[in-house]
Amino acid sequence: MAPRKKPFDWALLARAVAAWLVTLLIVFPIIFLVMTAFKSELQAIHVPTLWVFTPTLENFHEVQERSNYLLYAQNSIITSVGSTLLGLAIAAPAAYSMAFFRTRRTRDILMWMLSTKMMPAVGALVPVYVLAQKSALLDTTFGLIVVFTLSNLPIMVWMLYSHFKDIPHEILEASRMDGAGLWGEFRYVLLPLGMGGLASTGLLCLVLAWNEAFWSLNLTAANAGTLAALIASYSSPEGLFWAKLSAASLLAIAPIVVFGWFSQKQLVQGLTFGAVK
Amino acid sequence: MAFLELKGVEKSFGAVNTIKGIDLSIDKGEFVVFVGPSGCGKSTLLRLIAGLETIDTGTLMLDGRDITELPSSKRDLAMVFQSYALYPHMSVADNMSFALRLAKVDASTIAEKVERAAQILNLKPYLQRTPKELSGGQRQRVAIGRAIVRSPKVFLFDEPLSNLDAALRGQTRIEIARLHRDLGATTIYVTHDQVEAMTLADRVVVLKDGRIEQVGTPLQLYDKPANQFVAQFIGTPQMNVVPIAQVPRLQAAIGAGVPEGGFVGLRPESVSLQPAGQGQVQGRVELVEALGAETLIYVSTDGGAQMVARQNTRTPLHAGDAVGLSVDAANAHVFDAQGRVVDRTRAAAAH
Repeated sequence: MAPRKKPFDWALLARAVAAWLVTLLIVFPIIFLVMTAFKSELQAIHVPTLWVFTPTLENFHEVQERSNYLLYAQNSIITSVGSTLLGLAIAAPAAYSMAFFRTRRTRDILMWMLSTKMMPAVGALVPVYVLAQKSALLDTTFGLIVVFTLSNLPIMVWMLYSHFKDIPHEILEASRMDGAGLWGEFRYVLLPLGMGGLASTGLLCLVLAWNEAFWSLNLTAANAGTLAALIASYSSPEGLFWAKLSAASLLAIAPIVVFGWFSQKQLVQGLTFGAVK
Repeated sequence: MAFLELKGVEKSFGAVNTIKGIDLSIDKGEFVVFVGPSGCGKSTLLRLIAGLETIDTGTLMLDGRDITELPSSKRDLAMVFQSYALYPHMSVADNMSFALRLAKVDASTIAEKVERAAQILNLKPYLQRTPKELSGGQRQRVAIGRAIVRSPKVFLFDEPLSNLDAALRGQTRIEIARLHRDLGATTIYVTHDQVEAMTLADRVVVLKDGRIEQVGTPLQLYDKPANQFVAQFIGTPQMNVVPIAQVPRLQAAIGAGVPEGGFVGLRPESVSLQPAGQGQVQGRVELVEALGAETLIYVSTDGGAQMVARQNTRTPLHAGDAVGLSVDAANAHVFDAQGRVVDRTRAAAAH
């Protein structure tokens, strides 16, 4: 007897269509941005929106001419990478201590650290600005690195703590019995075993630092501005130049999007803490 | 002077006084087993010796050196953990050579020592595998190999056989005994299994509530327990400890010396079955456990006591049969109401 043909799975089709629609909704602003970046200014402000046009690179030329894109990009790289590395260097020992030498207060300390992220950044603007000014850190990449590190530290400690907790403490004790001092424990056991956690934490904070706009705009001027400041500079009193703005935005987000694309597996793993074991 | 010496060692975790003052001397080459019920502090004591916990008061001396304040890495001790604690990211060979590499021993010596340990433990085919590619028994051997390779002053074993199945446990126990015989290393072994204690130890330390109840050879503990707790902890099935009030006719058999409210202790092999009406105690059979080589008969006596008799022959008795018990009075133990041993010879002489 011939095998019965499976009935068409309408539910699956409906779910697939819904998924695509949601994806398009989320990605559409980026698609629009990319399109607009390759239009001329007139084409960009045309109503209704032009879907067919001849792409041009004139906006990118202008952006590079008008403002020093490479300087801003460099500052973005320096501040994100710098704050990530500094943050990891501080967060890893803190997370180690909290994960392997728990006290009754450990949970409270963790909650307190996280609670600082709940306050809107603008609440701390005045004190931070004054501190930066007095320490001559305004408009310096170092000043931004310090602020980014402190902003991201609670998340880094929390994520690393969760990852380190998964490492059985007997393995560290075994390394101690084998003669490893504190640094030996870190170097030969904790870092190799926690590398996944460190990588995903580092990647997440790299992305957060790169996209950070509030402090970049408020604490920098000509020298230490990051790409966020570059984009903001295109909203000028003369009005919004859509095409150039789009080009500048695209240049600002391209590096991190590409980077995120290649490291997405690590990122997702880090964010979900291997929740499904 | 002893090789390893603990003097007045105490440890508390917050308000809980876990180790209440331990004095112990261990000689070089001895195999000492710490045994006791859960929560008695045996693992804590081992960890104090290892340096994984700090000693609150007291001193710890090893080979003439005070190591009380030294970190684990500097004590020249090797530990085999209950969960093996192998380094998952390293191969078997790397796991075993880790300590030597840290000590910056030269590569050829490392290779030689790892080779020898792998030979002894039958690990040569697995040297390049990682722990997750090994069975439980193999991982256990790697954990032991990791300790052997270092030739430490003392080996510490923390319930190493608990995670193995019964057959493997018996086998590995024999291997550990063989290793000790061949290497002659001073060993401290923690277990809750008194069969392991009896078979492996030169001396056994029985612990309860953070204190040493008795130290002695396995047979000393079996034949001359210092108190009721040790008497009932060592020996399977448990020693019959019966209030003298429930077996009045035993008083005469044992002779003078059982104090008011005291207890009589009889090993199951000291209790033999008699036809109903004969013997010092009467009762009914509750349960018969025929183990093949021996038979255990659980009896509920007329006086309300529960007793176990052990014999080498099979029995036709069933649950509910009336039965008499006679005891080997010479091998009876006597305890007072607080569980302390009463010395029968002195007590008899006093009367």
